[in-house]
Parts: sequence; structure tokens; C-alpha cells
Amino acid sequence: MGKKILLEHVNVPGIETYEVYRKTGGYASVEKALKMTPTEIVEEVKKSGLRGRGGAGFPTGMKWSFIGKNNPTHHLVCNADESEPGTFKDRYLMEKLPHLLIEGMITSSIALEAHLSYIYIRGEYMWVYRILERAINEAYANGWLGKNIKGSGFDLDLHVTCGAGAYICGEETALIESLEGKRGNPRIKPPFPAVVGLYGNPTVVNNVETIMDVPWIIMNGGEEFAKIGIGKSTGTKLISASGNIKKPGVYEIELNVPVEEFVMSDEYCGGMQTDRPLKACVPGGSSVPILPAELLFKTAKGEQRLMTYESMSDGGFATGSMIGSGGFIVYDDRQCIVRNTWNFSRFYHHESCGQCSPCREGTGWLEKVTWRLEHGFGREEDIDLLWDIQRKIEGNTICPLGDAAAWPVAAAIRHFRHEFEYHVRFPEKVKDRKHFEYEPWEKVKYLMVKQEAMAV
Amino acid sequence: MSLVVKNNSEVKLSDKTIARIELLKSRFPEGKKKSALLTILHEVQDENNDWLSVEAMDKVAEVLGILPIEVYEVVSFYSMYNQKPVGKYVFEFCRTSCCVTRGAEDLMDYTCKKLGVGMGEVTSDGLFQVKGVECLGACGYAPMLQLGDFYKEFLTPEKMDALVEDCRAGKIQKLSAV
Ligand SMILES: Cc1cc2nc3c(=O)[nH]c(=O)nc-3n(C[C@H](O)[C@H](O)[C@H](O)COP(=O)(O)O)c2cc1C
Ligand code: SF4
Ligand code: FES
Repeated sequence: MGKKILLEHVNVPGIETYEVYRKTGGYASVEKALKMTPTEIVEEVKKSGLRGRGGAGFPTGMKWSFIGKNNPTHHLVCNADESEPGTFKDRYLMEKLPHLLIEGMITSSIALEAHLSYIYIRGEYMWVYRILERAINEAYANGWLGKNIKGSGFDLDLHVTCGAGAYICGEETALIESLEGKRGNPRIKPPFPAVVGLYGNPTVVNNVETIMDVPWIIMNGGEEFAKIGIGKSTGTKLISASGNIKKPGVYEIELNVPVEEFVMSDEYCGGMQTDRPLKACVPGGSSVPILPAELLFKTAKGEQRLMTYESMSDGGFATGSMIGSGGFIVYDDRQCIVRNTWNFSRFYHHESCGQCSPCREGTGWLEKVTWRLEHGFGREEDIDLLWDIQRKIEGNTICPLGDAAAWPVAAAIRHFRHEFEYHVRFPEKVKDRKHFEYEPWEKVKYLMVKQEAMAV
Repeated sequence: MSLVVKNNSEVKLSDKTIARIELLKSRFPEGKKKSALLTILHEVQDENNDWLSVEAMDKVAEVLGILPIEVYEVVSFYSMYNQKPVGKYVFEFCRTSCCVTRGAEDLMDYTCKKLGVGMGEVTSDGLFQVKGVECLGACGYAPMLQLGDFYKEFLTPEKMDALVEDCRAGKIQKLSAV
């Protein structure tokens, strides 16, 4: 059993209530942080090597040190928008451990000298919003929030507020716009939120899990945190596992577990759902490149692949992927990669805020072309067309949603081009959406070989 | 500046909701009360048969002291606000990848057939509507749907049958404010 930092007490009955949480040692990090200087706290977090758990993996301590000093009004905003397909860990954390999030928000606000902080949660998680609202009320009632916290002279107001169904509001500047009561249109960076953020004030936006790691770091020291994991992948990470595995769910892993162990062992995913062969995996949420089975457990160099930031991206986008938000989606041989690519493209088209043309038009185009390929109306040149469209989106947009829409398409073509070709050449075979359930790719790929042999 | 004044009589805003709106506004600094808009719209929509009429949006603008257009542009951006009447019970199935790997499409077909409607349509008695929505953050508990304030997870055709019965029997509760 790996070390648990976040989920250590998750099974204690009543842990979501203030009393039980406090009895298990909750809020001690606030007491400790109130006796430290903000710089000392930031240094501890820097030493821990903690990297943002929202997807980009940016070092948290460094991000905190960028906070604008010439404007004294700072804000900390917790990103609880969690909408990346495949990711459901933040919801689990907030449902079970609302007070850990509040504790982390307080200690982090002390570090950032923020006196007004917010948790922005997606509107669909309405019952979690209520859980947080109740927990925040308890924290106020027990003197952990409000004026002069525990006689320290430090004031902090913390509130939860909600979105209303828009993936783009997970992007930090869109989130800030939404928190200001507007449409979730991302802002052009720079200026970065650390300089001009919420209400024009320096603001740090951090993921739920990132903030929940802070109390442990304060209590045990950054160096202890850095001892867990490998290299620049320190600490533990929650992985949301879904798809065709035996035991979907949220798992806390030390950042050093081999991918094979994670998928196959009973401690984690428990192997494949119906013992069908593994076909592919999206290891870090829908935006990261899909990996074929042969590149999942081992890197292209033949080394064991680990659940770390570095190992997961070994090989770059050519033969690697990213750990991203930890949304680990497993596909067996009944799943169609073309259909899945269409599914993702539809998602990004639906979620594009529409501000910039490459993303607004490009995602729609990707959706249309992948749709016609999947439904048996594709043309041979469509595959190159898709490649061309995704390349023209990538890097040419205001926010990274454009890239996030492009990468899955590029990776699917890179690793599964033959399946796209099969859809063009055997349209009758793919008309039924369950085509690979009846005849998995392994069974029908001979048709392609035969056709190619005849063409010679 | 002149704005078209509309008759607000049909917009329901109970004293409880008004008190709640004041509480939500109090969470934001002076001059930044617009920040409460998204949350307020949820509460007003809940009280008005789950949709927002132009009158309802205008009322919210008035309560917040902002222009109606500032409300319209927000309502039209976010997928959870309905600008048209909806079925009493809306089954919002997640149709994204992870749920699809575990049978979401079959379950949507099953439900539509059972209720005799196509995707997006409301049953003739106005009771049910089936919709496909994007990932709801329940990917490991698939297939799933959202019904009002709650998620229904690990669904099967049998569970759908039971859920439809529960709706018909009026057993589905709404979440109330803290
Ligand atoms: C389109 C898009 C969606 C995002 N969605 C989320 C999200 O749901 N939750 C999240 O924490 N970060 C999300 N991010 C990343 C945030 O912009 C930001 O990097 C993150 O909240 C920073 O927190 P961290 O440093 O603690 O990871 C998203 C980014 C993009 C571009
Ligand atoms: S890339 Fe897409 S989502 Fe991002 S700002 Fe441009 S249009 Fe909006
Ligand atoms: S894919 Fe269905 S809830 Fe995430």
C-alpha cells in the first residue's frame, strides 16, 4: 500500500463534519501557519516540489512567488470546475473531505496574504456546493474564518460560488471572468492572473487537489513531501480511473507506481473489465494524446513506464502522453478509436467559447469530419484534412482549449491511422456503432492487408 | 436610457429566495455584486419551473442593479440555464467517452424508446425529457445521468425503469439551500 496524504482519513465515519475532522488533527496546519511568515510557507511549498494538480503541472511554490506585490489586495481562487472528461477526483475529495479543502484554502491564503478567497465549483455539482457551504459555515462558527482568526490578527473571508455548465470556465482566466458574473471567455495572457486577476487584483488560481496537499506540507515539511515519488514528480496524486477496467474509481498513488501495476493490480484498477485485451489509454484526461497498448506499459525505448510526469511524457507526443489531470481512461478492443475521436471532437466543439476563429471553426470542422468518417461517409483525403485542421488550430488560439481539441485528433491519427483508413474503405462495416464489438480491429485488419496486396 | 418595462407578475420570487439572494450578494465586495449572478440565476430558475423567461432575467437584473443585457449574455452562454420550458423530469445523460465505453448510448436509446420520445423531446404529458450532455465528472460511475440536483450512477435498464416510476410517483426531491 502506497502512502496516503489526502485520503488517509477518508474512511473515518463522519469525517465530513467539523467535529470529527478536527479530532483527527484537522486545522492544525492553520495554527502552525499563523505562526509562520508568508515567505516561510511559500518556501516550504517550493521545497516540496508540489506541482499543480489541475493539469499543467506548474510548480505551485513558484506560481505563488509571482503574486504581484505592488497591489496589496490579493485573492486565492480554488478551481473546482472539474470538467475535463475522465476526471472526477476533485468531486470525490470535496464530498468526503470538505474541511481539508477549507483548511488548505486558509493556509494557502495566509501564504499569499489574501484576505478574500473563493472556491469556484461547477454548477452540476450542486450537492457538493451545499456540502462546502455547510462546511464553510462550520469553519466560521469555530473561528477559523472571519476577522482575527484565532487571535492572530489575520482576517480571511472564504466563500463558495458556482458555475453553470461550461468546460471552458476551468481555464483560469475564463474562471475569473465567470466569477465576476460574466461569460466564460478566456483573457489574453499576459498579464497573468498573478498580476491582474480577480477584480483586477493579483490572484492565484489553484486546483482543489493542489490546495488540499498544502496542509500536509505545512505539518510535515516540504522535504518530507519531496521524499515521496521520483525526481520532479513528488508526493502523491489522485488518479480518476474509468473505462473498461474492473474497478473504476479514485485512487491515491505515490508518483512512482508502474502503469502496468496501476492497471493490472487489484490494489488499483483490477485489470480489464471483461478480460478483453487492452487497446488504448488516455492517461491524463481527454486533452492528452491517446496511447496505444504497446506504448502504455513500456516507453518506445522499452523502459517500464511509470505514473510520473516525466515517464508519462517520455517520447514527447510522438510516443508519449501526459499525466495531465489524472483522468485515466482505458479502452478495450471493442472500442472504436474513430468513434472516440469524434466523441472528443464533439465535446471540444460544444465547449469552445467561440472567441477565436481557429478554435470556433476548427473544432466544428473536426467534429464534422470525424463524424462522417465514423458513420461510413468518409473520404480518403479526410484523414489528411483532419491532420491539417488540427495543426492549424494548435498554438493559434487565445487559450489552450484549441490545443486540447487538436492533440487527441493528432494522436489518434498518429497511432491508429489504419483504423481511420478502414472506416473509409469499408464503410458498410462501420455503419453500426458497435462494429468493433462484433468484429474487433484485430479480426478485420486482414481486410486492409488483403486490399493493399491486391492493389500492388 | 430607456428599457422596455415588462410585467413581472408571473416571476416567482419567494421571501426565502429574496433573503437568499441578499446573502449571496453579501459574499462579494461592494461594487462587485454581479459576481453573485450565476448562483442567483440557479436559484431563480429552480423556483420558476426550471427555466428563465425574459421577465425572470429582467427581474434578476433589477435585483442586482445591472443591465438586462448583462443577464441575457450570461444565460445564453451557460448550458445549465434553460431559455425555454423543459420537461418536469429531465434525464441528462452523459454522452462523453468514458460513459460511452460503459453503455451510455444503449441506455439513452433504451430510455427514449421506453418513453416514446427522441433525444431532446418532451413527452406529451410534459413529464419527461431525455438529453445528452457532456462529461459530468462521474466517469468512474458510468453510465450515469443528472436529474435535477442529483446524479444517478451505475445505471442499468432496470434502474431506469425504477427511476421513471419514482418520478411518476413524485418521489424525486429537490435540494434545499443550507
Ligand atoms: C480548457 C481548460 C480547462 C481547464 N479545466 C480545469 C479544471 O476543470 N480544473 C482545474 O483545476 N484546472 C483546469 N484547467 C487548468 C487551469 O487553467 C489552471 O492551470 C489550474 O487551475 C491551475 O491550478 P494548479 O496549478 O493547481 O494545477 C483547465 C485549463 C484549460 C485550458
Ligand atoms: S481557444 Fe477556443 S475556448 Fe479558448 S478562447 Fe479561443 S475560442 Fe475560446
Ligand atoms: S464521461 Fe461521463 S461523466 Fe465523465
